Amino acid sequence: MSEMKNSNSLTNLTLAAARDGLQNKDFSAVELCNQYIDAIENAGELNCFITKTPEYALAMAKKSDHKIQNGTAGSMEGLPIGMKDLFCTKGVLTTAGSHILDGFKPTYESTVSQNLWDSGAVMLGKMNMDEFAMGSANITSYYGNVINPWQRNDGSNAKLVPGGSSGGSAAAVASNIVIAATGTDTGGSIRQPAAFTGIVGLKPTYGRCSRWGTIAFASSLDQAGPMTRDVRDAAIMLGAMAGFDNKDSTSVNLPVPNYEAALTGDIKGMRIGIPKEYNLDGMPSEITELWQQGAKWLKDAGAEIVDISLPHTKYALPAYYIVAPAEASSNLARYDGIRYGLRVCDDGDSLDDLYEKTRAEGFGAEVQRRILIGTYVLSAGYYDAYYLQAQKVRTKIADDFKQAWQSCDILLTPVTPTAAFGIDEKQDDPLAMYLHDIFTVPSSMAGLPAMSIPAALDNKGLPLGLQLIAKPFDEVNLLRVGHMLENMAGFNAKPQFLASNGLTSKAEGA
Amino acid sequence: MSDLIKGKTGDWEIVIGLEIHAQVTSNAKLFSGAATAFGAEPNTQVSIVDAAMPGMLPVINMESVKQAVRTGLALGCQINKRSIFSRKNYFYADLPQGYQISQFDKPIVGKGKIAIDMGNGEIKQIGIERLHLEQDAGKSIHDQHPKKSYIDLNRSGVTLMEIVSDPDMRSADEAAAFVTKMRSIVRYIGSCDGNMQEGSMRADVNVSVRKLGDELGIRCEIKNMNSMRFIKQAVVYEAKRQVKIIEDGGSIKQETRLFDTIKGETRSMRSKEEAHDYRYFPDPDLLPLVFDQEFIDQMAASLPELPDAKKKRFIKDFKLNDYDASILVAEKEKAAYFDAVAAVKGCDMKMAANWVVSELFGRLNKASVDIVNSPVAPESIGGLIALIKNDTINGKIAKDVFDEMFETGKDAATIIDEKGLKQVTDTGAIEAIIDDIIANNPDQVEKYRDGKSNLIGWFVGQVMKASQGKANPKAVNDILRPKLDI
Amino acid sequence: MSLDKTSVAKIAKLSRIRINDDKQDEMASDLNNIMGFVEQLSQVNVEGVEPMTSVIEMMQRQRDDIISDGGYADDILENGPATDMGFFTVPKVVE
Repeated sequence: MSEMKNSNSLTNLTLAAARDGLQNKDFSAVELCNQYIDAIENAGELNCFITKTPEYALAMAKKSDHKIQNGTAGSMEGLPIGMKDLFCTKGVLTTAGSHILDGFKPTYESTVSQNLWDSGAVMLGKMNMDEFAMGSANITSYYGNVINPWQRNDGSNAKLVPGGSSGGSAAAVASNIVIAATGTDTGGSIRQPAAFTGIVGLKPTYGRCSRWGTIAFASSLDQAGPMTRDVRDAAIMLGAMAGFDNKDSTSVNLPVPNYEAALTGDIKGMRIGIPKEYNLDGMPSEITELWQQGAKWLKDAGAEIVDISLPHTKYALPAYYIVAPAEASSNLARYDGIRYGLRVCDDGDSLDDLYEKTRAEGFGAEVQRRILIGTYVLSAGYYDAYYLQAQKVRTKIADDFKQAWQSCDILLTPVTPTAAFGIDEKQDDPLAMYLHDIFTVPSSMAGLPAMSIPAALDNKGLPLGLQLIAKPFDEVNLLRVGHMLENMAGFNAKPQFLASNGLTSKAEGA
Repeated sequence: MSDLIKGKTGDWEIVIGLEIHAQVTSNAKLFSGAATAFGAEPNTQVSIVDAAMPGMLPVINMESVKQAVRTGLALGCQINKRSIFSRKNYFYADLPQGYQISQFDKPIVGKGKIAIDMGNGEIKQIGIERLHLEQDAGKSIHDQHPKKSYIDLNRSGVTLMEIVSDPDMRSADEAAAFVTKMRSIVRYIGSCDGNMQEGSMRADVNVSVRKLGDELGIRCEIKNMNSMRFIKQAVVYEAKRQVKIIEDGGSIKQETRLFDTIKGETRSMRSKEEAHDYRYFPDPDLLPLVFDQEFIDQMAASLPELPDAKKKRFIKDFKLNDYDASILVAEKEKAAYFDAVAAVKGCDMKMAANWVVSELFGRLNKASVDIVNSPVAPESIGGLIALIKNDTINGKIAKDVFDEMFETGKDAATIIDEKGLKQVTDTGAIEAIIDDIIANNPDQVEKYRDGKSNLIGWFVGQVMKASQGKANPKAVNDILRPKLDI
Repeated sequence: MSLDKTSVAKIAKLSRIRINDDKQDEMASDLNNIMGFVEQLSQVNVEGVEPMTSVIEMMQRQRDDIISDGGYADDILENGPATDMGFFTVPKVVE
């Protein structure tokens, strides 16, 4: 492995390959970590990080080397990851991408991040994200846009969004400046940015990963998951993140299977459902074609393709835009300038002045809009028509899926109706932005596990993903089919900006 | 018994409904593992959950659920096997989450009814609308600094039961009797310590007035009342205030008011002036609370004998009068004391009731001593009564003995022995005293024999005096009369 | 339905977010746009349908009544923008 000595070559390794390399002592955790720290330093313009923690990382890597030496390595030992800045990390600034959490250093560690540290993972830093995970383009972060490492092949050099809300995580994984990253998904915040950046993103079943210590957006939907270079990495990382947590009443007490062992390469006889309602009018033909291609790949691999119907699909997005803001309006009430974070209060101000000024200045426009919508749909006189109606519709959406499981085991759909778009495009209309989540929201509303897998490039050279959706707690089959789909698709394109390539292409383009 | 208010335009009826907030007796809080003890240093009994740090989640305390169900059963209420926690959204400095986790349209306990005892034998049924579980808020302290309020979150997240009555009360006394009864019940079953000074139990009092037979009037809610006396004062003040406003041509504004205990007045609460819209919705961090009949049965089996049942038993088994029985069962410790007296073999319980209610409670009250610290043990009361019954002492001496018992904690027999108070039933000794008195008071004897027969009392008194009260009054009479009536 | 400036002001007040007068029309327009989109939900026949209360069917777990947390006032106050003598402080509130 002579090329290992090159500046950033280790950053090309998948999580699984790096794990094996560490176990074989081909390189040390500190070496691996240092290469990532260098890569991060050279990737500042992507703006993937809100906080970088190289000292933490090196200290953790040293410990990992020790554990690898004495044979007590965990499943993620020495692997340097990015932590979405929605996970509270003890003593490390945690912002949720918001001004309102200025200076907030938790005195506690989220369960998911703790699980990862317990399994040996190394923290490179806190990843940029849409403010409070509200957004599909990572343009709502107080800490600025994240830039997608991919560029269109039309020579335009337009800066593209990485998707959102886990945009920093996605861009960093795609550009090889972290080996993997955590994401959270409320309506598509793992899967959509994964699709936009050509990586794998998995949203587990609601209840699979603890929500304790993860800053809440919409409690009935939020779920943490891995964002990785490939399906095997997702399996390994999910195994480390998942697990029962008695501090979260909605955490499910089920054993965590060996997900990596699920990748058998055998999907013979599995029934793959194709929901007809995911055919949208005016959807770009390359999306439709890729979807059909995906079905064909799985069929060729021995699966059976079944046409199914999820009749209430079109109502998932409007229901989501009632339920999620309603929960958010309440979840975000705690950011009041009293116990932590930003306080804006002038001499002679009343308590209400303090609240109103702090929250006006602390929350960005999109967060304010959602809080107001949420407040409105819960307010007297509107609750029944909006919130209650939405929760009933949600029951019907979940029932659609239950019905579908009678005739299939896994669903195959597109992830997004388009590839990544330019940072300057479309942001005037909040509603147009919401439509990016149209394929990811229904499974979120039903709490189902779902995964985005990079499958092809569009005609502008941008990655497109396919989504798989599974039954509750059937991440094993989700990963198994995902692994097969990944193999069949053979997607191996890389973004223009890649840590190990240096910054050449980017520099030329700039 | 209605207290009608005499207005210029006629009589007005007071209508009162109560919301009682009772802190559930538990070690830890409703949704966190922080302690609940009263009086700790600020913010020391606060977990990161209670302070609503980002990412914190609630997990419910089993004890709170059990105590709510037990209380519901004790109040004769329907228990809901499926209930839902909802968020009540509002901003306040001592409400860290920006919402209170409470129960809204699906509370853990539904309708029931309790009887209140008006002390004159009148029993009135008061409807219970519901009982639900909720979090307490923290505490704002306004008098520490001229420009700032200070926030202590120690109470934040402590379990409260909110018990809502129907608007069935018609007088200040009924309102106070309802709170008294509620306090008695929760203390009997141990679901709340009922300590109103420390705020473990407090009441919001809804008051409205109407002409008899009219529809309900617009009500005002008087917040956070923590004594029976203030409740009565506040109700009377508030009802009169409302009558005056209406009779002067005004109308009542539905609002939240505070009772100023110094001025004895209610006033509008500024912090609650703004229109409420609590935007209740089911808390997505919690699942519906579901339990089965077996659990309810277990909780029912865990209940002690309740005050109403105890009173019935005391009346039936011990032939007590209603008054004594009511007093004896009002507090669980008093009732337990009396039950301990009843356990003394062969004790005359009617006498015991009299001794406990008038003599013991009177002395405890005077000395401000709680029944659980009574210097006189229940067995000692039993012992005293036994000594009266077997003529060892008479009733008058018994009171002196009881004083001594109360003072020293010794039992009656010991005191009687030590002080030589044993009743003289030796007829020879009594006869000698009588002979002496007759011989020394010829004038009185003559008057008696001339027909002033009520002088017999004077003679008895002289004998008792001479015997230092120890002579058996019956024996004195038996010997004295034949000697005078010669 | 349509949200006007007054309703925006009202929900902004409920949400404790100050939205200046000159921004209320713009916000009203944004919100109306979104509300217009969600309006289609009323088309769904939900007769006899229970509203979802938990997406995964499971029982509410209950903790034992033991003191297992708290006792770290310094941690609680550590991020406080204004504290004094172990308390958080806010502008004086008149009850």
